[in-house]
Amino acid sequence: MILKLAWRNIWRSKRRTAITLGMIIFAVVLSTLMMSIKEGMYANMIKSTAGDFSGYAQVHLKDFWSEKTLEYAFEIDDDVVKILEEEKTVDGYLPRVEGFALAAVHNITKGSAVLGIDVEKEKAFTNLHERVVEGEYLLPDDDAILIGNGLAKYLKIGVNDTLVLIGGGYQGRSAVGKYPIKGIVKFGSPELSKQLVFMPMQAADMFYGTNGLVTSVILKTASGKKGIIAAKHLQKKLGDEYEAMDWKQLNPELVNLIETDRVEGYVFMFILYLVIAFGIFSTMLMMLAERQHEFGVLVAVGMKRAKLAVMVWGEIFILSILGSILGLICAFPVCYTFYVKPFRYGEEMAKMAEEYGIEAVIKTSLAPEIFIQQAVIVGILASIIALYPLYKLLKINAIESMRS
Amino acid sequence: MSVIETKNLSKIYDEGPIRVHAVNEVTLNIEEGEFTAVVGPSGSGKTTLLNIVGGLDRPTKGSVKVDGVELSTMNESNLIKFRLENIGFVFQSYNLIPVLTAKENTEFIMLLQGAPEKERQERVMQLLHEVGIGEQADKRPSEMSGGQQQRVAVARALASRPKFVLADEPTANLDSKSAENLLDLMLMLNKEEQVTFIFSTHDQRVIDRARRVITLEDGKIVKDEQR
Ligand SMILES: Nc1ncnc2c1ncn2[C@@H]1O[C@H](COP(=O)(O)OP(=O)(O)OP(=O)(O)O)[C@@H](O)[C@H]1O
Ligand SMILES: [Mg+2]
Repeated sequence: MILKLAWRNIWRSKRRTAITLGMIIFAVVLSTLMMSIKEGMYANMIKSTAGDFSGYAQVHLKDFWSEKTLEYAFEIDDDVVKILEEEKTVDGYLPRVEGFALAAVHNITKGSAVLGIDVEKEKAFTNLHERVVEGEYLLPDDDAILIGNGLAKYLKIGVNDTLVLIGGGYQGRSAVGKYPIKGIVKFGSPELSKQLVFMPMQAADMFYGTNGLVTSVILKTASGKKGIIAAKHLQKKLGDEYEAMDWKQLNPELVNLIETDRVEGYVFMFILYLVIAFGIFSTMLMMLAERQHEFGVLVAVGMKRAKLAVMVWGEIFILSILGSILGLICAFPVCYTFYVKPFRYGEEMAKMAEEYGIEAVIKTSLAPEIFIQQAVIVGILASIIALYPLYKLLKINAIESMRS
Repeated sequence: MSVIETKNLSKIYDEGPIRVHAVNEVTLNIEEGEFTAVVGPSGSGKTTLLNIVGGLDRPTKGSVKVDGVELSTMNESNLIKFRLENIGFVFQSYNLIPVLTAKENTEFIMLLQGAPEKERQERVMQLLHEVGIGEQADKRPSEMSGGQQQRVAVARALASRPKFVLADEPTANLDSKSAENLLDLMLMLNKEEQVTFIFSTHDQRVIDRARRVITLEDGKIVKDEQR
């Protein structure tokens, strides 16, 4: 009966109910869409900066990532191979030797990261060959290099030019070499594009004197989440001698950027919901005033005030849940559309986005958390707003209320 | 035995610039089965007296006992419970819950009392027939006339099997025909079911049919006649 009463009271003033529902739906749609776009963008950023190139997880000797020297080179021995292959979240792995050298042409020099790569595996796992915008991809026994488009521009060189690399090799040796440029690779991230130099593993062994040792093992996982799990598992199995890091630990700046942006999103959402909450609050005050007499009668004839309060609280709660469900129903198709058919920015915007290393599309995220989050927020908000009538009705006086 | 017993009952309003003795030293006994009208000019304290006797308001001084139970010292939630179980109310207007039908409005009280489904259904329909609303059982208040609404209010007041029914100017918003019908109904219930009624009124025709008339002036009983 109490429920029936609450339900009928909701539909008693259709206009008020429609206004309240409308406000909630508007807020839910707007903030769901915003969150969905933002999360989609983060996923995109993570994929293009972390996932595609550096993997969602990596294994090194302990402290390599902070020291970044070749002294942390190691051999991928059978024990390590076995552990990697046993880990279910890891679909594959590829080795790299990461060192630093000065790249010089004539009188221009630039510090760069020179990576020794397994040419075939990179092709299979990171699609490095697809990044070649000029020239050709490497063959395993080439004594040649690929350089980032940013670096090529800086040094004012192109395919078939020769680059001199001068750096430190393994165990204090010096690493010096002269390599023809076989291709230019494009990276969205200006950071990467300005310093990356790739050479086949064989050539790197010679250049650094690492002789089959590697500094990093890039793990291929299906998603960022899996990468985090993989790193956790592997760290346990590999022990203290190694460090297994996930993309968050590998890219703290990216994580920072996303967190900051996410907080901005939350602030916007908070303000939006605050406005909506005030709207709902004022319609609720109207409702309370209109029904003052009725509440008085109910208490006079013997309805417990707590019961009455719960009933009215329930009305507001039901209405809000209804609103947020309707809001989600409205928001989902929009998010879904942009998920299946990502929206491409205009020419100008696209250029800007790409300069920041972001793919120039709006692709929404359909992560269930986004939708659940909205429903939970509205639910909590409504419960809080409904505390006011709860409080008022717990103190209601029958004759005073009936006099109005 | 007395169903209502007041002793030196006073209610003083002290908020405004002057002290108002809304009820002034009223000592009164009402027996089971009475059909009593409380009359008097506007502002004489009728509503205040009925509210105190009904456990809706508290006296400033004196005692009020219903069925031997002292109300003036009871706390608010006990009073609500006491009202639910012992007193039927009919107010001047807007008695009913707008979103419930006549039947549901009547049933509501029994629901609050926790009466079982079967008993509720039987009693509610019986009461609605008694007050002549059987046909309108599924109508909402907005679909009924003022007189019909007051009849439903009487049915609701009786649903809880109260010790007595308090009605503050139940006919004030009715045309004379409906007022007369409502009074006939109350009299019939009083005669045939021994329901105790205490009501306030201004209407001379209503006063004429009461068996006891208590006249108030400035919160004091100035006349108390049996007929
Ligand atoms: N809440 C209140 N605060 C202050 N004074 C009040 C209050 N309620 C009633 N009074 C005063 O108490 C006196 C009695 O009022 P009451 O409503 O009991 O009279 P009444 O006989 O019912 O009048 P009416 O016939 O107009 O309904 C009046 O003088 C009134 O102004
Ligand atoms: Mg009055």
